[in-house]
Amino acid sequence: MIIIVVFFFWPAGQALVQSLFMQDPFGLSQEFVWFENFTNLFKNPEYLNSILVSFQFSFFVAGTALILSLFFAMSASHVKRGELFYKTMIIWPYAVAPVVAGVLWMFLFNPTVGIISWLLRQMGINWNYLLNPTQAFILVVISASWKQISYNFLFFIAGLQNIPMTLVEAAAIDGAGPTRRFWQVIFPLLSPTTFYLIVMNSIYSFFETFGIIHQITQGGPGQATNILVYKVYKDGYLGLNLGSSAAQSVILMCIVIVLTMLQFRFVERRVEY
Amino acid sequence: MKRNLVCLVFFFVTMIVFSAPIEIEFWHAHGGRLGEIVASICENFNKSQSEYKVNAIYKGSYYDTMTAGIAAFRAGKAPHILQVYEVGTATMMAARGAIKPVYQLMTETREPFDPSVYLPAVTGYYTTPDGRMLSLPFNSSTPVLYFNKEAFKKAGLDPNKPPKTWPEVAEYARKLVQAGYKAGFSTAWMSWIHLENFSAWHNVPFGTLENGFGGLGTEFTFNGPLQVRHIQQLSDWQKENIFRYGGRTNKGNVLFSSEEVAMYTESSAGYAGFKSTCKFEFGVSMLPYWPDVPGAPQNTIIGGASLWVMEGRKSEEYRGVARFFSYLSKPDVQANWHQLTGYLPITKAAYDVTKRQGFYEKNPGTDISVLQINLKTPTSNSKGIRFGYMPQVRELLDETFEDILAGKVTAKQGLDAAVRKGNELLRQFERVNR
Repeated sequence: MIIIVVFFFWPAGQALVQSLFMQDPFGLSQEFVWFENFTNLFKNPEYLNSILVSFQFSFFVAGTALILSLFFAMSASHVKRGELFYKTMIIWPYAVAPVVAGVLWMFLFNPTVGIISWLLRQMGINWNYLLNPTQAFILVVISASWKQISYNFLFFIAGLQNIPMTLVEAAAIDGAGPTRRFWQVIFPLLSPTTFYLIVMNSIYSFFETFGIIHQITQGGPGQATNILVYKVYKDGYLGLNLGSSAAQSVILMCIVIVLTMLQFRFVERRVEY
Repeated sequence: MKRNLVCLVFFFVTMIVFSAPIEIEFWHAHGGRLGEIVASICENFNKSQSEYKVNAIYKGSYYDTMTAGIAAFRAGKAPHILQVYEVGTATMMAARGAIKPVYQLMTETREPFDPSVYLPAVTGYYTTPDGRMLSLPFNSSTPVLYFNKEAFKKAGLDPNKPPKTWPEVAEYARKLVQAGYKAGFSTAWMSWIHLENFSAWHNVPFGTLENGFGGLGTEFTFNGPLQVRHIQQLSDWQKENIFRYGGRTNKGNVLFSSEEVAMYTESSAGYAGFKSTCKFEFGVSMLPYWPDVPGAPQNTIIGGASLWVMEGRKSEEYRGVARFFSYLSKPDVQANWHQLTGYLPITKAAYDVTKRQGFYEKNPGTDISVLQINLKTPTSNSKGIRFGYMPQVRELLDETFEDILAGKVTAKQGLDAAVRKGNELLRQFERVNR
C-alpha cells in the first residue's frame, strides 16, 4: 500500500497540482491559473489532433497485435513438431526494448539504407516515411504491434490450452467446420483472455510506445504520429513548459482510466468466464 | 620547544599540501570523444593549480543536461557550471535568481576579465544588448556547405569551385542528378540552417525587438517574403530532385556520407563525423545565398552551447569558477579545443594561434566557419536569436517544414501558421517570466 502511495498517488497528485499552475522551469515564479492550462489545450487544434492520432494508433496497434497473435496461436496449437522452436521465435520480440525495436524497424525501412524500403522502391512504391504521414503511421503501428504480438501470443496459447478438447471435438462431430468451430466454440471461450488483452494493449499503445515513436518519427512528419504521451514528453522535457505538460499528463491519465472503465463496463458483459 | 616548532611547521606544511581542493561541479552534454576532450581540459586545469578541482560530469544530451540542472536547482543542489544549448538561452536568462551572469561573476571575484578579447560574433549570442556577457560560450559552430569533390568531377564540375549562391546550387544539382546522383543536396537542422541562419545571412529579421535581444515582448517575423520564397523554393526543388529532405536534427547526414546527395548543409562541427564516415574526398565552403538580396551575405549565427554559472554557492567556490573560465579562454586552450573538435574558437587570439601554426592550410575548409561568422559586423538581424520556448518553436518549425515539403500547405500558409502558434508560445513565456 505504501508503495502504491509513494510511486503512484504521490506523483499523480503532483501532476494534478502542477497542472493548475503556470510556472517557469526553475520554479522561481508561479501563478495559479485554475484550469487555464486545460482550456488552452482544448482550444489548440494540434492537441485535439494528438488525441485523435492516439486513438487511431491505439486502435490499429491493438487490432493488428490481437488478430495476428491469435492467428499465430491458433496455428501454433496445430503444430506437431518443432513446437518449442516455433513458440520461442514468436515470443522473443517481447524481450526487446521498445527503443531497440524502433532502431530495428527504422533501419529496415530507412529511405536511404533500409532493405525493405529498397524492396518497396523496386515494387514501384515511393517509400519516404520522413515526409509521407500515412507511411510513417503504418511504420510505427507495425513496430509497436510487432512487439506486442509476443505478449498476446503467450496469453492466447495459454487460453487455448484451457479450452477442453472435448468441446471442440463435440462440435466437429456435430458437423461444424473449422471456421464455425472457431467462431462458435473457441472464440467465445477465449473471450476473457481477449478482453484482458484488449485492455493491456490499449494501455501499452498509449504509454509504452514512447520509445518507438521517439526512435522512428519523433512525432512527425508534421503531427502525424505525435501521440499524447510523446507530446507530454516534448512539451515538458524539451520545451520545459511545465504547466501545460502536467495538464496533458492529467488528461492522459483520465483517458486511460475512462477507457479501461468503459471496457470493463461494456465489453465485460459479453465475456463468458 | 624546538621540536614543537618543527611539529607545528610540519603541521602547516601538510595542511597546505594535503588540504582538499575546493571542488567545482561542471555538468556537460559531451559524450564519446568530445567527452574525453572535455575531461582532459578539466584535468589540465586541475593540474595547473592546487586550490580548485573541477569535476566534469556527463549528463546526457543537451535536453538531459539542462533538465537535470533545472531539477537540481529546484532541489537546491545545482552544479556550479551548467552547459546549456543555444536555444535554452532565453530560459536561462529569464531565470534571474537562478543564474549568476558571467560579467557579474568576474567583478565579484575580481578576476581580470576583458570582454573585448572575445569574438563578438560568438559571444554576442550570449550577451545583453548593452554588452554584458551572461554566459561563457563553450562549443559554438555555424552551418556550412559540404560538397563531394569526387561527385563534382564525375558530373564535370570543378571540385575547387563550389557553388556560392542558391541558383548555382540548383544548376550544380541538375548536373549531379544527370550524372546519376539521386538528388542534388540535402540538409541537417532545417530550422537552424534554412530559417534562423538564412535570415541572418540575408540580414532579415527572424523576430521583432532585435530578434528577441530587446526583451520578452517580441514577436516572430520569419514569415517574411524572403523566407517564404526560400522554403517554397526548397519544396519546389524536390520535384527535380535538386533538394531532398533528410529528416529532423542531423538524421540526413547519411544521405551525404552514402553518396545519395553530393551537397549538404550541416554544422561546421559535423566535419569530424564526415571525415570518419565519408569514403570520398569532400570540401567545405560557405553557406549559399540569394544573390539578388541586397547586403547578402551578411554573417551567419552560431549554434552549440554555453556555460552558465548557477546561483547559490559559496564565494570561494565562485573564485574557482572564475579561474576556470579564465583558463578556458586562454589562447592555447581555445586553439587546442578548436582544432580538436571543429568548434569555433571564442577569442581572436586562439584563431591567430591556429593560423600561425598552419592548421588551416593543412586542413582546408576548417577556417570557413570562422570567416563566415566574421564576414561583416553583426547587425540586429544577425547577432543571434533569443526567444522563449525556442526548443518548442524549433519542434513546431520541423513539423511545419514537413507539411510544406509534403505539399500539404504552401510555404506561405505554413510559415504564417507557425508564426501565429509561435507567438502564442512567446506570450506564454512572457507571462510565466514576468
